[in-house]
Amino acid sequence: MTDVTNRPPGRTPNRASELVAASLKRRHAKQARLKWLGMGAIGIAFLMLFILVGSLVSTGWQAFTQTHVTLDVYVDPDEIEAEDLPRGDFDDVLVDSLASMLPEVGTEDRATARSVAGILSNGAQFMLRDLVVANPSLIGETITMTVPVSDPYDQLNKGLIERATPEALRRVKDNEIAWFDTLAEQGAVSKPFNWALFTNADSRFPELAGLKGALVGSFWALLVCFLISFPLGIGAAIYLEEFAPKNKLSDFIEVNINNLAAVPSVVFGLLALAVFINWFGLPRSVPFVGGLTLALMTMPTIIIATRAALKAVPPSIREAAMGLGASRQQVVFQHVLPPAMPGILTGTIIGLAQALGETAPLLLIGMNAFITSAASGPFDSATALPTQIFIWADSPERGFVSRTSAAILVLLGFLVAMNAVAIFLRQKFQRKW
Amino acid sequence: MTGFAFLLLLMAAILGYMLNRYAAQSVRAGGGRFHSLTGYHGMFSALLVLVPVLTIILAWLVLQGPLIDRMVMGGLPQGALQGLDTGGRQLVLAEIKSIAGGRVFGTPEDWKLAAADRLVALRETSGWLLVVVVAVLGLSIIAFARSRVSAGFRARQGVERIVSGLMIFCSTVAVFTTVGIILSLTFETYRFFQAVPVSEFLFGTNWEPQIPIRADQIAAEGAFGWLPVILGTMVITVVALVVAIPIGLLSAIYLNEFAPGRVRSVVKPVLEILAGVPTVVYGFFAILVVAPAIRSFGATIDIDVAPNTALAAGGVMGIMLIPFISSFADDALSAVPQAMRDGSLGLGATRGEMMTTVLFPAALPGIVGGILLAVSRAIGETMIVVMAAGLMARMTINPLDSVTTVTVQIVTLLIGDTSFDNPKTLAAFALGMMLFLVTLVINIFALRIVRKYREAYD
Repeated sequence: MTDVTNRPPGRTPNRASELVAASLKRRHAKQARLKWLGMGAIGIAFLMLFILVGSLVSTGWQAFTQTHVTLDVYVDPDEIEAEDLPRGDFDDVLVDSLASMLPEVGTEDRATARSVAGILSNGAQFMLRDLVVANPSLIGETITMTVPVSDPYDQLNKGLIERATPEALRRVKDNEIAWFDTLAEQGAVSKPFNWALFTNADSRFPELAGLKGALVGSFWALLVCFLISFPLGIGAAIYLEEFAPKNKLSDFIEVNINNLAAVPSVVFGLLALAVFINWFGLPRSVPFVGGLTLALMTMPTIIIATRAALKAVPPSIREAAMGLGASRQQVVFQHVLPPAMPGILTGTIIGLAQALGETAPLLLIGMNAFITSAASGPFDSATALPTQIFIWADSPERGFVSRTSAAILVLLGFLVAMNAVAIFLRQKFQRKW
Repeated sequence: MTGFAFLLLLMAAILGYMLNRYAAQSVRAGGGRFHSLTGYHGMFSALLVLVPVLTIILAWLVLQGPLIDRMVMGGLPQGALQGLDTGGRQLVLAEIKSIAGGRVFGTPEDWKLAAADRLVALRETSGWLLVVVVAVLGLSIIAFARSRVSAGFRARQGVERIVSGLMIFCSTVAVFTTVGIILSLTFETYRFFQAVPVSEFLFGTNWEPQIPIRADQIAAEGAFGWLPVILGTMVITVVALVVAIPIGLLSAIYLNEFAPGRVRSVVKPVLEILAGVPTVVYGFFAILVVAPAIRSFGATIDIDVAPNTALAAGGVMGIMLIPFISSFADDALSAVPQAMRDGSLGLGATRGEMMTTVLFPAALPGIVGGILLAVSRAIGETMIVVMAAGLMARMTINPLDSVTTVTVQIVTLLIGDTSFDNPKTLAAFALGMMLFLVTLVINIFALRIVRKYREAYD
């Protein structure tokens, strides 16, 4: 080859390739740095997710069990009279039976009696009262019952209160720890699954507080949200995608929907407060108003998902139906909508999952009230799952920290389940054309 | 009673459907040549019943409450409401309602008991009236629809007109929502500016939203200058972006260019999880883990950190925004035409050089659009800051200090307060108006950048 032999003398081929090789090394190192930075960024994001979930699990798992103590209660006829049941001294009966298990403790001294009573949850006397009211023949009998202990002892049993900390800094004093240990030695202390977390409504006492009210409230709100946003969203999407003439008006509607999807959620709360509550006179704190507000926020999501699903149906289906003489609405409702349905449902479920986690608008319409019973309908005052989390996170009692984490785990569980259903629907039913 | 009305409506619709369909079938059996399928005759009747009667029921439900309240209050004996302001009247009404609901506290006056009886009676009457209206209207519409059944009647066109009207209504709901937001915010903001001058709100540097409880109270004049509040919002937003932009962009670059397909298909959904976590969870995370960690770190290097420092709220918000920025940047990078990639690789660039010198600059407009959307998200984000940021408004840009934000103030001003006639409540709407405007402008701007850029390469 001529150009090889004609190379000017003195310029060895090695020198150029050495230069290139050296710079190439530098350039590749630069690329590797970029790559490592990217992997580091992802690593940080994953680490954050891990810390987030890890901290919730590590504080929350304890709330799924609750320390109970098993007592032999002698329902003393002197204290509890059949004629005047609701005013019976159930508390004293419980304290007496508890004191009988602690050999060195007498209940004559009021202060001692009070601190012995402090072992049991405030709800224990009501459990006993309910038992006796339901069956008055128990008076004079000895019954065995298992009742929750109060929050400090629950924390003690779970190891959340360090026994090594000086007594003055501890919520449980040394002699009280000794009582509790005596009870534990007698095998009276147990730690079963905390069903109260799901069967009780909110309470001021952590050991009695549960999520039932919040779950029921969230259910009603989501039901209302679904019933409103699903038909409205699908109707709007079908019209805009299939029928709307391309003019200024439909452009305007489209811009509106896109902007609505990006409006901060707290503004929807302001809208609900001014229009639904102040103007329409609907009551505060009810799931119906919450559902209405969430529906307005969910609608853009459903519209966008429905339009994407409709677009994915190939035109050949439309053309075939048209060719056989179907009207435009027959084409859409009988031939385009059915294959688009899995996509629409997926979008709807994802929208509802977002609505389930939404908090700010519900705060503004008062769904953060302290309500100790579950709602019986959409017009009953209630909290929702995220607002309950907010309430508990604000509570000063130590026991609510782990309950807040537990409530968050329940919420995340619902979200994961809903998203799993959405993914399943997409994988299973969506057709590839 | 309402449930009964709905049931009645449902039955009327089914009845109309069956009647018309049966009639059409018998006409066709008699040899008539039909324009529409028999099912359309049925649907025509059902829709004709459903749409107007459902509208009436819903309107009735919305209007009956306020109307009955007004009738009850109007029927009170002379002088019972003398000297009461709006709040006092509402208290009386609430008491009457709770008596009507069977919850009697203490011994209310006789006129309150009478009013409660009247309230119950009115509700009962209204319920019955509704049922009667539904029944009469439903039956007459069924009769009308039945009379239209004939071989030549274009039932399908009728049905399609109604359905298309319904769909148009559905698509205008979004517009009505926007209009509702704008109107309600404007109206309440206007009332706020009657109490507080606009200039004080826009340029005041003091935000102390108290109102005097008694007229003679000293030192309780509220101050409504929003500058410290928006300054605090900006501090937290900047902290969030400092966390989110580098992490989001770098991970997008890695995912877009360097990650093997399998890594990408795992990492992307996991990052999306961060976007799907409810914000109340992030708020709790901030107060449970992040704020104490920052504080104890500050203590080890002898820096005093406020308990609800802007760093905690902003940092956690940044974590929330990572997937937002990374997916926007990923989309923008993917939208750069293949020819540009091939061209730069063909000229001998490494993949890293292609990314930094060709792809990234080309995708920059789209990335900026995504970041702007993230900014509007951060400004409007509520729960994280409500839980983790402070309540006191300060003119400071020190992220170690405790600052407050627009959304925090909106929520704290409105929680537990129902009356709409004091500047404290109305101030929340004024802040909401500013929030809406700021995020709207940013959103429109960002969406325009994103769209324009996309068109440039399409």
